[in-house]
Amino acid sequence: MPLKAPLPAGPAAARAYAAAPAAGRDPALLRRWTLLLGLAVLLWPLLVLTEFKPWQLLDERSLRSTGRFLAQFVPPRADAEFLGLLARETWRTVAIATAGLALAWVIAVPLAIGASARLSVSAIASRMGAPQAALRQLLRWTAVLLRSVPELVWALLFVRVVGLGPTAGVLAIGIAYGGMLGKVYSEILESADELLSYTVYRWECAIRSSVVLGFVGAGGLGQQLDNAAKMFAGAEVSSILLVFIALVALSDRLSAALRRGLD
Amino acid sequence: MNQEAQAGPAPVAGAAPAAVAAAAAAVHLRGLHAAAAPNARQVVLHGIDLELAPGEQVAVIGASGSGKTTLLQALGCAIAPRQGELRLFGVDPWTLSSAARQRLRGRLCLVPQVPPLPPRQRVVTAVLAGRLPSQTLWQSLRTLWHPREADVAHRALAALDLADALWLRVDRLSGGERQRVGLARALVSEAALWLIDEPLSALDPVRSEMAVATLTEAARAAGRTLVCSLHQVDVARRRFARIVGLRAGRVVYDGPSAGLDDARVRELYGADDPALPAAEALRAAAAALEQAPEVLCR
Amino acid sequence: MAATLPAAPAPRWKARALVLAVGALVVASFVSLDLRWSDFLSRDALARMAAFAASFFPPQASPAFLRSTFGAALETLAMSLLGSLLAAVGGLVLALPASLQEAGAGLPRRAARGVLNVLRAVPELVWASLLLIAAGLGPFPGTLALALHTTGVLGRLFAETIENAPPGPAFALRLRGIGRVRVFLYATLPQIAPQLVSYTLYRWENNVRAAAVLGVVGAGGLGQQLSYHLGLFHTRESCTVLLAMIVVVCVVDALSYFVRSRAQA
Repeated sequence: MPLKAPLPAGPAAARAYAAAPAAGRDPALLRRWTLLLGLAVLLWPLLVLTEFKPWQLLDERSLRSTGRFLAQFVPPRADAEFLGLLARETWRTVAIATAGLALAWVIAVPLAIGASARLSVSAIASRMGAPQAALRQLLRWTAVLLRSVPELVWALLFVRVVGLGPTAGVLAIGIAYGGMLGKVYSEILESADELLSYTVYRWECAIRSSVVLGFVGAGGLGQQLDNAAKMFAGAEVSSILLVFIALVALSDRLSAALRRGLD
Repeated sequence: MNQEAQAGPAPVAGAAPAAVAAAAAAVHLRGLHAAAAPNARQVVLHGIDLELAPGEQVAVIGASGSGKTTLLQALGCAIAPRQGELRLFGVDPWTLSSAARQRLRGRLCLVPQVPPLPPRQRVVTAVLAGRLPSQTLWQSLRTLWHPREADVAHRALAALDLADALWLRVDRLSGGERQRVGLARALVSEAALWLIDEPLSALDPVRSEMAVATLTEAARAAGRTLVCSLHQVDVARRRFARIVGLRAGRVVYDGPSAGLDDARVRELYGADDPALPAAEALRAAAAALEQAPEVLCR
Repeated sequence: MAATLPAAPAPRWKARALVLAVGALVVASFVSLDLRWSDFLSRDALARMAAFAASFFPPQASPAFLRSTFGAALETLAMSLLGSLLAAVGGLVLALPASLQEAGAGLPRRAARGVLNVLRAVPELVWASLLLIAAGLGPFPGTLALALHTTGVLGRLFAETIENAPPGPAFALRLRGIGRVRVFLYATLPQIAPQLVSYTLYRWENNVRAAAVLGVVGAGGLGQQLSYHLGLFHTRESCTVLLAMIVVVCVVDALSYFVRSRAQA
């Protein structure tokens, strides 16, 4: 059974093909080559700027220290004293996140109400004066500024002012998340359910932030992790990582359950 | 009422009817029962018997719900039969290993009524996707970057009056044009068995004639076995030597198209009005556009 | 969109209990942390903070410092871009097994999803501090840290996109006996490509902010500069670096918006 010559070969088909203009060159080919070349040209400086040398990971010294470090991961450190410390620090992390988010809420709600044109008095009086509009813009830009500066930077600044410890963390989360919540709240002010749902989602994010802030001295699990990593204490690092992953998974579930419960 | 499969004009040059024996049959169905989906309760086909010689061309006609699409899907190895014999090219696909069955599927080409084309893809790539089973991975990747066989696709499209559409995106085409792109995919495929489901539902009468003519000519020239389900009974009579009529999942006519008179057609469509098939065609087209392929094959 | 009927009595108790629980959590948090509000809000403290804030201005603008800040900004930008690109590739590779829906695909699917979940759960900074052990200081571990975390995020988003893509075209190709990889390339990818690009660009916006701070643990870029100068109380230099961070973030946001609007066309 012949399986070649798959094309219509009758006289009508041949006429149709002869009458049609030639297939010609692929119009997209030039565009594709240009794009590819552009990407290649872009890639080289990226690799140079980031000092991208993956073979560094495989050099002997690095492999040995990594190997030693990883070997300590099993078993994770689980003596009573360390676990007690971890429990305290986990609570601390959650507390910083919760207090920070409460502060963010206190900042965000007035910010959102002020920046939202819907609820303004002048809108009710059906005339928006220039100073009110300017204030509204200012509040919006404030929210943008609070949001654009990463909370870690806020934490660094606050540590300089109030010293090491949870206060810096709470303030950093409060301000950064105040900006985030403020923006979103001003957009969804009409729907109370969504407000709460988004707040709960942000609480979950705040927990992750809180861990990260520990790296600059705000306490909690992050600080413990930073210390342990600096001392190459593999067993402690692995313990802390496990607790952290469990914390994230738990807050994830809790947040989903809370949001379901609020519907 | 079954008649032994007697092809009209012998489609395979030089082969005497006697040589068209069951052992060499392209398609062999006996007592086939099949449902529309793997977990569907209702069986749609009840005891289908069908023999097709290699290179034969058959039109399948019948009212909506008579089982035409299910028959094509069973032939295309999309659904496993509930009961009965199914052999393609002498082999029962459902006794093969998964890998062997996939290889067998490469020799079949099922063209559904609603063209399964990704909207943002270009017509040339959509058509050349029909050649994937016979290509190596490297050739397939190359085609994505730059279609080397654009000429092949161009000729198939030209035969369907779509030569200008070669470099266009699928979502820029009308429904009828997309349906023809689906047919072009079958034309360029190197499959031995073509299973075409309602290829004319979105085409006007002139284009319908041209599309069927192209399909049957191409199948004849290349020795493909063609099974085509149609609502346009007049087209089926004109273009196909053999017609199979289905009613409520059973074969009620299987013979030369010359032997299919109006009375038989009315019987098939279950009404007195011979114009009903056209209305049926419209209804079936509308229904099919809303269907999603529910079947998952392994 | 919210229901307009009042809540039935039974759920009301549930809602009240939830509110009480949340309130208790908030109060407990404030009480247990040693926040020393008086330290923070006393007149002295406020005056010190005002002086501290004032010391940031005017920002340090000497040509030499601007040049070095510009270099650090480029490093941060490069880290975020390369990290996002690597993550797009890695995420796509893992999304393929993670999106398998056929009956016999339990193990590859669960394994891929498990890996993606771990990558996602660990924040970039934590990855960076671990990778510093293997790769030393500099932007390389920062890039890898971004790539690892973002692979988890993008992989999960990509898998969901693949699962939600219309199945018709892929099914038609599977029916011709074509292998899964080619089915993906010819049928699924053309449908989801704009969405994948969009997700990657959104993550790039997020990653440039993350890259800026990774430097705090020694991963180079603007973060390392900030940490260094703040540590020495060089507030004017820190101000310049902070402004550079905001500029870089705005540039990336604008680029991302531009590319996304072109890709949708």
